[in-house]
Amino acid sequence: MTISELPIQIEDSPLNTVKTEDVQLDITLEQLRRLVSPRALSGETMLLNMGPQHPSTHGVLRMLLELDGETVVSCIPDIGFLHTGIEKTAEGKTYLKAIPLTDRTDYLAPMSNNLALSGAVEKLVDIDVPIRAQYIRVILMELTRMNSHLVWLGTHALDIGAMSVFLYCMREREMILDVYEAVSGARMMSSYIRPGGLWRDVPAHFGDLVKKILDVFPGRVLEYERLLKDNPMWKERTVGIGKVSAADAIAWGMTGPCLRGSGVNYDVRKAFPYSSYEHFDFSVPLGSAGDVYDRYRCRMEEFAQSLKIIQQAMDKLPAGPVMSDNRKVALPPKHEIAYSMESLIHHFKLWTEGFKAPEGDVYFAVESGKGEYGVYLSGDGSPKPRRLHFRAPSFHNLQPLTEMCKGALLADIVAIIGSVDIVLGDVDR
Amino acid sequence: MGLEQKLGDMGVVTTSLEKAVGWARSNALWPMLFGLACCAIEMMSTQAPRYDLSRFGMELMRASPRQADLMIVAGRVSRKMAPVLRNLYDQMPDPKWVIAMGDCASCGGVFNNYAVVQGVDEIVPVDVYVAGCPPRPETLIDGIIKLHEKIKSEPLKKWQ
Amino acid sequence: MSDQTELTQSYITALGDAVSEVVVFRDEVTLIVPKARVVEVLTHLRDAQKFEMLSDETCVDYYPREPRFGMIYQLTSLSRGMKVRVKAMLSEYDATLPSVVGVYRNANWLEREIYDLMGIVFEGHPDLRRIMMPLDWQGHPLRKEVPVTVEENAFSFNRERIDAGKPFAQE
Repeated sequence: MTISELPIQIEDSPLNTVKTEDVQLDITLEQLRRLVSPRALSGETMLLNMGPQHPSTHGVLRMLLELDGETVVSCIPDIGFLHTGIEKTAEGKTYLKAIPLTDRTDYLAPMSNNLALSGAVEKLVDIDVPIRAQYIRVILMELTRMNSHLVWLGTHALDIGAMSVFLYCMREREMILDVYEAVSGARMMSSYIRPGGLWRDVPAHFGDLVKKILDVFPGRVLEYERLLKDNPMWKERTVGIGKVSAADAIAWGMTGPCLRGSGVNYDVRKAFPYSSYEHFDFSVPLGSAGDVYDRYRCRMEEFAQSLKIIQQAMDKLPAGPVMSDNRKVALPPKHEIAYSMESLIHHFKLWTEGFKAPEGDVYFAVESGKGEYGVYLSGDGSPKPRRLHFRAPSFHNLQPLTEMCKGALLADIVAIIGSVDIVLGDVDR
Repeated sequence: MGLEQKLGDMGVVTTSLEKAVGWARSNALWPMLFGLACCAIEMMSTQAPRYDLSRFGMELMRASPRQADLMIVAGRVSRKMAPVLRNLYDQMPDPKWVIAMGDCASCGGVFNNYAVVQGVDEIVPVDVYVAGCPPRPETLIDGIIKLHEKIKSEPLKKWQ
Repeated sequence: MSDQTELTQSYITALGDAVSEVVVFRDEVTLIVPKARVVEVLTHLRDAQKFEMLSDETCVDYYPREPRFGMIYQLTSLSRGMKVRVKAMLSEYDATLPSVVGVYRNANWLEREIYDLMGIVFEGHPDLRRIMMPLDWQGHPLRKEVPVTVEENAFSFNRERIDAGKPFAQE
């Protein structure tokens, strides 16, 4: 790799000199001793590598399993195989240009990531979002939640063995991707939700596409329920597996359906409402046992709640602008550039240099399909952030995997990972 | 299928060995499951009912490299994943082909930083580059058809 | 909201001299705490003030300011519906601080990530090794002295120059 010349030379910082004997090539025996039981080192149990390339790890997750026959004694996840340095790359981009980078963290729910960063920037720069943009954001967020849950259901069922559910979910997902394509032009990485509002107003056939989803989806969800909910094979594989108690789930920082499956009522949409969620009437499904089956039930109930919210938003959708009119931050509408000199100059300055953010820290969180997706933004008075950090829900939900897998069988690990609903782009960023 | 000459009613067709082997190899490529990131989701969409990949005989992704002959590198390759990728490529038996799907696999994509390999052709030799972020399923199918044409025109000596 | 302001006032007074400064920016409370008292402050906030969850733990590089690093702990109270941020500044020449794994269990991987990407050593951490980068990586990528981009952008006039320097794979 060719490194362009270093812009900053720090000569005498003691932490910047790395001695060659400090370079570690692989996990040392002493570190391994702390992670596995003593029986592994004597050879009584088997150490198996469930490698980065595996059909059921939902991405590149490597796990070191210590197996006693088929029972798991300890399971050590090894992440970092998809580390992309998104946080570092974002330090070199202005706030507006960092929006496409957020699409690539949790790539199954791209619009919720956009909303998290947009909300953080709006908080930092202190601008308002028009009400029409807020309602459209709510509709897109709920569609994104359904998108994420459909992929979860498809891959989870595929891993446990119900292959037809995967094909049904992908078929339904195409309808949601049609909506994405209609509003923004891209099927997945839309970058549609921007600081100040939305990129542009929704097209004329948006209402028809959403109405088609609202008509068709309840029947389809019923189909999935009929296939899986009372299926004795499904229940054998999922009931009582991977239990997490409520206190443990809070201590491990789990959020989203993983936390609600254990009975803790915490949903960012209700606790810290954003983007006019307080105008809508919906309930938050809770589980009780904290096992794979309860997490599955929570997510299936969330389908119905999402459809309810979308129906309410479409009924009450107000007219109005979709972008804030603070021209120091939000771009002017494209047609104005033809006749207004100020718009032209604003457009040029905002795209090339960007708007300056004040010095300060903000934290803004949204409830994505996986959990609490937060953005910590530290501004330094310049158009580029000093530090952009993503609070990734899958990172926190994956940490207690060791505890959840203790004593499980090898086939249960696949079910547990599926129920935790990780996406490795989020874990590794 | 090269139909050079049909000899009367005997039901015999003559063609060249190269053409027959190329036809056989291209029509039932088995891809290896190598979805890394977002492009993997579009690859899954390509296998889904709307853009059906099973018309090309490729709907079943082989998880084991020993049984696969096409590696679709779908997604960004980080520096930690690069040795694993080369290992898997070496484990695939000849004849094998590589499609670099997406911008991150072709050239590093949006990410020009310390953690992403700037193009998977730094690690494995690539036959077809499919552009897009992520490429639409039709684009991926176009890339696969181009690969079919490339395989059909390959000389026999290439994989000896 | 007013009871939240009262609760905020009450815990600030309860912490007393452990907090050296309180910053309120955009309705968010940040408590600046010296690094030796971080564990004590977090334990008090978890037990007495019911901030049950550590939402996030991260680190900011304030180069060229001294002290250079700022450790951020983002706490959430599920029962009261409040958030608070605890910040501890570290100097570049002494970038170590006690680990909070004993207070909040999920700090385990979070601190490993900060060690890996920023180079801050946590005392008392059970398993401090790299998590995102390969184990033989040298350096800490998220610090400000590591450049943001690696390859110069390719245009039509410099394609050959870039391609000449790239390692292309052989068979």
